[in-house]
Parts: sequence; C-alpha cells; structure tokens
Amino acid sequence: MNAPEAKNKGPATGEGRLRIAVCQGSPCRAAGAEAVLAALRETWGAERVAVIGTGCMGPCSRGPLVRIEGEGRGAAYYEQMTPQAACAAVKAHLDGTDAGQGRLPSDFPFIARQKRVVLEQCGRIDPCDLDSARLAGGYRALAHALGGMTPEQVCSEISASSLRGRGGGGYPTGTKWELVRAAGGRRKFVVANGDEGDPGAFMDRTLMESDPHRLLEGIAIAGYAVGARDGFIFVRGEYPLAAQRLRRAIADAGKAGLLGRNILGSGFSFRIRLRIGAGAFVCGEETALMASVMGQRGQPVIRPPYPAQRGLWGGSTLINNVETFGCIPPIIRNGAAWFRAMGTPGNSGTKVFSVSGDVATEGVLEVPLGTPLGEILAMAGGTVGGDFKAAQTGGASGGCIPASHLDVPVDYESLKELGSIMGSGGLIVMNDQRCMVDVARFFMRFCQDESCGKCVPCRAGTQQAANLLHRIAAGEADPDDLVRLEQLCRFMGETSLCGLGMAAPTPVLGTLRWFREEYERHVRDRRCPAGVCVMEEAPCRG
Amino acid sequence: MPRLTLTIDGHSVSARQGESILSAARRSGIDIPTLCNLEGLIPAGACRVCLVEVSGRPRPVPSCATSVEQDMVVTTDSERLAAARRMTVELLLAERNHSCAVCVMNRHCRLQDLAARFGIDHVRFSFISPLAGVDVSHERFGIDHNRCILCRRCVRVCDEIEGAHTWDVGGRGAASRIICDLAQPWGTSTTCTGCGKCVQACPTGALFEKDAPATKRAVDLQGLSEWRRNRK
Repeated sequence: MNAPEAKNKGPATGEGRLRIAVCQGSPCRAAGAEAVLAALRETWGAERVAVIGTGCMGPCSRGPLVRIEGEGRGAAYYEQMTPQAACAAVKAHLDGTDAGQGRLPSDFPFIARQKRVVLEQCGRIDPCDLDSARLAGGYRALAHALGGMTPEQVCSEISASSLRGRGGGGYPTGTKWELVRAAGGRRKFVVANGDEGDPGAFMDRTLMESDPHRLLEGIAIAGYAVGARDGFIFVRGEYPLAAQRLRRAIADAGKAGLLGRNILGSGFSFRIRLRIGAGAFVCGEETALMASVMGQRGQPVIRPPYPAQRGLWGGSTLINNVETFGCIPPIIRNGAAWFRAMGTPGNSGTKVFSVSGDVATEGVLEVPLGTPLGEILAMAGGTVGGDFKAAQTGGASGGCIPASHLDVPVDYESLKELGSIMGSGGLIVMNDQRCMVDVARFFMRFCQDESCGKCVPCRAGTQQAANLLHRIAAGEADPDDLVRLEQLCRFMGETSLCGLGMAAPTPVLGTLRWFREEYERHVRDRRCPAGVCVMEEAPCRG
Repeated sequence: MPRLTLTIDGHSVSARQGESILSAARRSGIDIPTLCNLEGLIPAGACRVCLVEVSGRPRPVPSCATSVEQDMVVTTDSERLAAARRMTVELLLAERNHSCAVCVMNRHCRLQDLAARFGIDHVRFSFISPLAGVDVSHERFGIDHNRCILCRRCVRVCDEIEGAHTWDVGGRGAASRIICDLAQPWGTSTTCTGCGKCVQACPTGALFEKDAPATKRAVDLQGLSEWRRNRK
C-alpha cells in the first residue's frame, strides 16, 4: 500500500504527495491506457503529483484503469478512463469532491476481496523500473537467501511451505528442487515455463508484464538452491510486451549486480536468458519446451527420463511455471509457516486465476487455495447475459464445473474429483446461452490444431473426435457416434504420449458427464437446446 | 552388466539393466506387436501399438521405450490393450489413403499385417483421405505421403544410421508431413546420399523404389544394431 515511489521520479516524494498509477498491462493498453498515461503526465506531472505506469490492477475488462492515492486519503480506482475523464478525476480528487466519473466503489469485490501474494506488487510498481521494484521489496529475498541460507536450507524451506506447481500438475515444488539439487552432472539449468497457451489463461502474462523482477528473483533463488548457473525464461511469442519488459528487467538487474557474475558479492553467479516461443501450444509441455529452448522442433519425448534426470543439453533441469517462481520470494522473506497458513492443508498458499467469459468483470484475481468457486464468481460480479451454467477450469485440458457444484473449494484434489483440473488457472464462465457441445467442439478443434503430430492417438484421435463433435452439433450424428466419441476420448486419455493428448478429451468427457442430456438432444431430437448449433433441416426421406 | 528379473504375462523373465520391455519380452518368446519400432534405432514411442500394462502405473506404457525394472509386472495382452491397439490401427487406416489392392506393399505392409492380426474388417471412423501429395522427383525413389503413417523410421534411419538427416517432419498435427531437407523436392536434395535405407525402413508403401516391380521388396532393415556396434 505504502510502497514509496521510485526515488528519482521527480522533485517531491513525500508521503502526502498524490500518486497516480495508470495500468500499462496489455488489456488496458489495448483499451487506450497509453494515451491516458501521456495525458496525465502532461497535465498533472507537476510537483504535487507523481504519475507512473504500472502493471495489472486486476479488473482487466474495465480498463484503462487508474488508481489515485495519497494526500491522506485511501486509494480510489477509476475504470474505463479516457484522457479527459482521467484528468477530470484527478482534479475532482484534488478538490476533494470525489465525484469523478468512473470511480469504482471502495469495496469493489474484484479488488477488495483479493489476497495478493504473487501479484502483491502488480499494479503498484513500474515494471520498467528496477528502483521501483527494489523499493517495494524486490530482491530482498534473494539477498537474504544468498547472505544467510545454504542451498539446502532454501530447498527445505520451499519443501516446508508445501508449495505445489502452479502450472497445473500440482507436483510438490520442494521435491522437484531436491531432486535437481541432488542430481549430479557438471551443468544444471533452471527454466521458467511462460508458454501460457490455454484459451482463457493470462495469469503468467500478468506477472511477467507487471512485475518481471519478481520472476527473475524467483528463478535466481531456485538457481542458487539447486546449484545451477544458467536460467531460461520461455515466453510464448504472443506476449511481446512481456518479453520486452523481461528483456529490460534482465538487463537492468544485470547492471545492478543482481544477476550475472558474483551476485551481491556472494560468489554465486547466475545468468538468465530469454527464449521466445514460435506459437506452439505443445511447447508448454516440459519436454517439448526443452527441445524448443535448445533450438529443436518443439515436440515432446517420452518421460522418463524426467528433466530433473536429463534435461537441457543432458544436464539436470528444473522446470517450474512462472507463477510458481512468483511464490518463491515471499516464502523466503516470510517463511514457510506464513505461506502454509494460507489456503488449506495440502493446498497451501494462494492461486492466481484469470476469469473471463460471461461475468460482469473479467480479469486477474488471486485468492487463497480452497476458496469456493462461487466466491470467485461473486468477486467477478456474477454471471451476466443469463443464468450460470458452467465454469471451465484448466482451459483446453480441463473440464467444466456445473451449477450444482459451485460450492466446490478450488484446490487440486476437489477439481479432479469433479472431472476437471486446476490447470494453470484459466476460468471461463458460461451462461445458459452456451451450448456445451459447441464448447467441447471448440476445445477439441483447438487441440487438433495444436497437436504436434507425433503420436497417433493425439494426431488422428483429435481429428476424428472433432469430426464426431461436428456431426453431433450439425444434427447429423446417430447414437453410435456418441458411443464412439466416448470410446475414442477414453482411448486418447490413456494412450497419448504427452499431456496434451492425454488431456485433450477432458473437455468432452467433462461436458458429457454433466450435460449428457444436451448431447442426447442433439443426437435424438436434432435440436440444440441452447439454440447455438445450426442444424440442417432433416432430409426428406422416402 | 547387472541382470534383473521381472514378470511378463506371468512368466519370470531375466533382462539386462537398461533393456526395453519389448526386447526382454521378445527374447523370451512373447510377441508384442509394434509398428514404429525398428531394432537399432532410438525408439520414438510414437505409434502406441506396443503399449503394455505395468502394474502400479496408471496408464499403459510403450514397451519399446520403457526400461525394465526389478520385479516389474508386465501384461502384454488384455482386453483394454487389444481395444487400444485396434483403435490405433483403425485411426491410422482412416487418416490417409490406405488402399491395399493398389499399393506396392500389398501383403508385405506392417500396417496391413497389424490390421489382419487384430481382425480389423471395418473401420469405425470416417475416412479423411486428404490429398497429401506424391514426390517422385528423385531419380530412383519416390514418396507417397498418402500412405505415410508418420512413424519416422525414415527420419531416424537417415539421421542415426546414414548420418545425412535428409528427412525430417514439417508442419504439425494432421498437417505433419515428412519433408526433405528444407521442404524441397527429393530430387533437389543436396544431402541425400541415395542409400535407400529410408525406403527399406518404411513399414508401408509410402517410400518406394521407382524401377522395382509392382511389389516392394521384403522390408525392415535387419541388423542395424550390429551395424551401429561395428561402426564405433
């Protein structure tokens, strides 16, 4: 809250000074946030006011977002700002009238009910300014780890925190670190997986765009803990802004002695390089990702050997999701017990979700694990355009949760029981105007497009499954097709080579589990209950 | 080298450490069907025909690429596996154009063999039959992508044995194609040595010799492991 502004941002830095933050994340920029920032700087960038561009504040669909705070009053958020409206809002704030247009209520649930740990500095600091990050506590955990902890202690602290991988699998992070630390070999590597390809997932982008130094710090701590000297960040090619800010952050941190040779005089050297993906969803799978990092065709290979045994260039390699690395600095700063106190036993800490679809407010929010799905939905302002029908978790690899299970605590095990997965944290809300066959077809086509083509079940199976779904949606299917579809989906889940193929049928199986009646009506009555699928008139027979 | 003992289909089998389940099973007379596997090449685990069940593992594993472990219990034939293998072959038959009667590999084809072995007399899925293209620009060989099952034996034999790496895979998913050099006509390749190993390794009629009689020669390069050992 009281993160002081960067020291060389203008003459006055006193606490009483008015601070204006303009979100410069991708969604807000797409809505015109750059012009808002420029206008505010021109009009108000004087001594009484500090204007900075920050990362994401959360409610992305309401952008451009502006936060005004200081002068003895709490922070006020303003939505959908234009340059004129933003200048007027600042004037109203200075005049004390608080009547600026577009002001969000102070208890706006999307912002007020979040528990921000990974995203704590997102929307507060300037992501392009190392000083801004350091003043807000950046790199303190790295200094603490290098100065006062052995690599073993770092590993055991992470193990004690019960942190689990945020990429979707939920594998205990500490165990993974211990494996890589214990592995022999001359060279080891740390890789951050920022290939966030799931439809409806944008948590990692938010962190990389809003607080790149947090990610660098997490990776460097991991490098120290496992004994690696080289780190890679794999960013998907669709995230140019994230790549640009990371590149700058790496350069700045290097100049400040926070990366590179002999970090902070500790004798520990660590280098981080950026790798940009070329647009393949499958590169989010760790063996395909490693192939891509090494400049090869991005396609998976059989595990074992796991990356911890034999990874990049034959060396033991630690691969974690971007968000997992984002959890590391606060755990080192505040201790494992503090982290474990959040969430539920076995599911400690917080999780970032990107909420989109038929909700009042789309955006990024962070809540403790185990928060009921209905609560997250309520924070996003509830369903719009109709009644709640289902929420898709885990993107193309996940299943859907129907209205009857809205009270499910969102943790790894509970979602799995309902036939879905936590996944990386994409949450797509659907109202009753959506047809679940159409939804399943969308995800199957996505997987068909993204299959690397190596193994038969995924390459040929997704084609046939998409065909069958198309027939059902077009009213051309017979009851056998439904049986065939289910057999094919179970087969793909059991026999595919990598996670993409194994998870590709999950959206179909999920919708079949909760909305079988809808499939049957497509087949039996040749009608789409939601009125989405276009059916040809039944051909005249006889 | 240390020896391990495991159980395959109820038989106690001895194996070398690092040996694949497939190899251990074959030595003890248990025949696991395979398709993309070719002895002497690094296993790809791509076709999923040689899947076997290992107790304690949630999913079947490819026997060509899974190493034996002490006291492992392996099942090579079950209803579930038979259904999965059948499905795999059906998917392959429906994916491109496998019309046996007019194929140079008729009665020698590994895909056809498997279909016969699994008793596949019909395919449950619709035939996709894309126009995948034919390249006959090489003076002695040709490649008919319509008959390719993307097993990558050609890619691997060219890279691992001949050392030319003329072949690779371009595109992804259903659009994957075996490509020559930089996706150019085979006849213009500057790396192809014309050795013909890819043609010999191809399990279907996708790669063929142009001047050969209407039937391709008996297939599967033999003794690649031997060859490799001697080269070192």
